[in-house]
Amino acid sequence: MGLAKRIIPCLDVTDGRVVKGVNFLELRDAGDPVEIAKRYDDQGADELTFLDITASSDNRGLLLHIIEEVASQVFIPLTVGGGVREVEDVRRLLNAGADKVSINTTAVLNPNMVRDAAARFGSQCIVVAIDAKKVDNQAYEWEVFTHGGRKPTGLDAVKWAEYMVSLGAGELLVTSMDRDGTKIGFNNPLNRAISNAVDVPLIASGGVGNLQHLVDGITLGGADAVLAASIFHYGEYTVQQAKKYMQQHGIEVRL
Amino acid sequence: MSKVDIAVVDYGMGNLRSVSKAVEHVARGKSVVVTSDPSVIQNAERVVFPGQGAMPDCMRELDARNLRSAIIHAAKNKPFLGICIGMQLLFDYSEEGDTAGLGLLKGGVKRFADKLVDAKGDKLKVPHMGWNQVYQSKPHPLWAGVADATRFYHVHSYYAAPQDSTVTVGATEYPIRFTSAVARENIFATQFHVEKSAQAGLQLLGNFVNWKP
Repeated sequence: MGLAKRIIPCLDVTDGRVVKGVNFLELRDAGDPVEIAKRYDDQGADELTFLDITASSDNRGLLLHIIEEVASQVFIPLTVGGGVREVEDVRRLLNAGADKVSINTTAVLNPNMVRDAAARFGSQCIVVAIDAKKVDNQAYEWEVFTHGGRKPTGLDAVKWAEYMVSLGAGELLVTSMDRDGTKIGFNNPLNRAISNAVDVPLIASGGVGNLQHLVDGITLGGADAVLAASIFHYGEYTVQQAKKYMQQHGIEVRL
Repeated sequence: MSKVDIAVVDYGMGNLRSVSKAVEHVARGKSVVVTSDPSVIQNAERVVFPGQGAMPDCMRELDARNLRSAIIHAAKNKPFLGICIGMQLLFDYSEEGDTAGLGLLKGGVKRFADKLVDAKGDKLKVPHMGWNQVYQSKPHPLWAGVADATRFYHVHSYYAAPQDSTVTVGATEYPIRFTSAVARENIFATQFHVEKSAQAGLQLLGNFVNWKP
C-alpha cells in the first residue's frame, strides 16, 4: 500500500454561488459553496478546488469570505484559483484559509509571478493551471489557451508544463478545453505526455462523465489526482461511490 | 498580558490560517492565538509550530522575528507540536539549502531520491503529495483513537532521518520507509499535515490539546 490517488471535486464559483457550464458557457446554478464543500468532505473528498469565475473584480471579496467559512468547517486541503494576478493575491487567499493557489492566465502573461510566489510561499502551495486544446498544423499537438479558453497563446502545452515546474510550480492542473463539460472523458494522451515530462503531481480535469473516466485518467493518463464537477454536483455519483469504483479497478484510494 | 492556552507560531511561512482554524475547532473554550511575539509563546500553556516552504527561508524568518530561543524554550518545557517544516526544523540540519536546524533532535533532513518508482514500476512524483498511510511505530498518547495505518495528508520533498531511532513514533512508505512522526518527552511532531487530514487529523490535534506529557 502507498500513496492514494486523489479525487478532487471542483466548485466553480461566481457571485457567491457554485455554477457549472458546458465548454465554459451556459452556466447553471448548483448551490451554496459552503454547503457543497461540507457535503463533499462528508463523502470523503481528498481535497477541494474552488475556481472563481467571476468576470469582474467587484466580487472578489465574496470569495475570500467563502473560503474563510469553508476553512473553518472543512479540514482537507483547499485550492483556490481564478483571477490570481499578483503575489499579494496569493497571500490574501492563503490568509483566508486556502492551502494552495492556482495560477492560470497570469502565469502566461507574467511567468515571473509564478517564480516569485513559489519563492515567497513555497512550491507546495503553487498550482499552475494549464488549459490546453488540441491543434492541427502546428509543431506541437496541444496548445495553451488563456482567458477561459478563448485566447490561443502559441505555447506548446508540454513544454509550458516543464517551464512552469522549473519556475517552482508544485503541482499542475491540466484542463482539456475541448473536453470540459462534454462528459466524454479526460484527454488522456495530453495528460500522459505532461505527466511523463514533469516530476510534480498532475491533476487531470475536463470531461468526466462517468466513473470509468476517473479510472482511465489515472491508468491511461498517468494523473495523480482527478478533478470533476458536474458528476458530483447534480448527485449522479457521490465521491464515495467514485472511490469504491476506482478501488474495484485496482486503484489505491482513501476510503 | 493574559496567559494563552495555545500559541500557534507565526513566522510568515505557509497556511497558518488553516492550522489555527483546525486548532480552534478542537480546542473549544480554550484561547488560541496566532503569534510572532516571543513573550506570548513563552507564556503559552502549549505551542503549535507549523511551517511550509523552504527550510532556509523558514530559519531566516524565525531569526528575523527573534523566535529561536522562545521555540527552543517551548520545545524543552511544554506540550509542543511541530508540523511539516515545523518538524524538520527540530533536527540538526537539512540538505535543503544545507541549512542548520534548531538541534533539538539529533539527525538530518534528506531529499527523496530522483527517479523514484513504485512496486509496479510507475513513476513516483516529488513532492510526495496526498494521503498516505502512517504506521504507528510506537504507542503514544497522541495516537489515541487513531487506527494504525490511517491515511494522513502529506506534502513534502524532504524527510527527517533521526539519528536516534527511538524518537520515531510513526512511519510512511514512499517507497522507502521514512520517519513521519517523532516524539520525545513533551515534543510531538509530524511530517504530515494534521490540520488538513480530516477526522484523523482532528483526532490527533484534539489529543494534543488535552495531552499532559
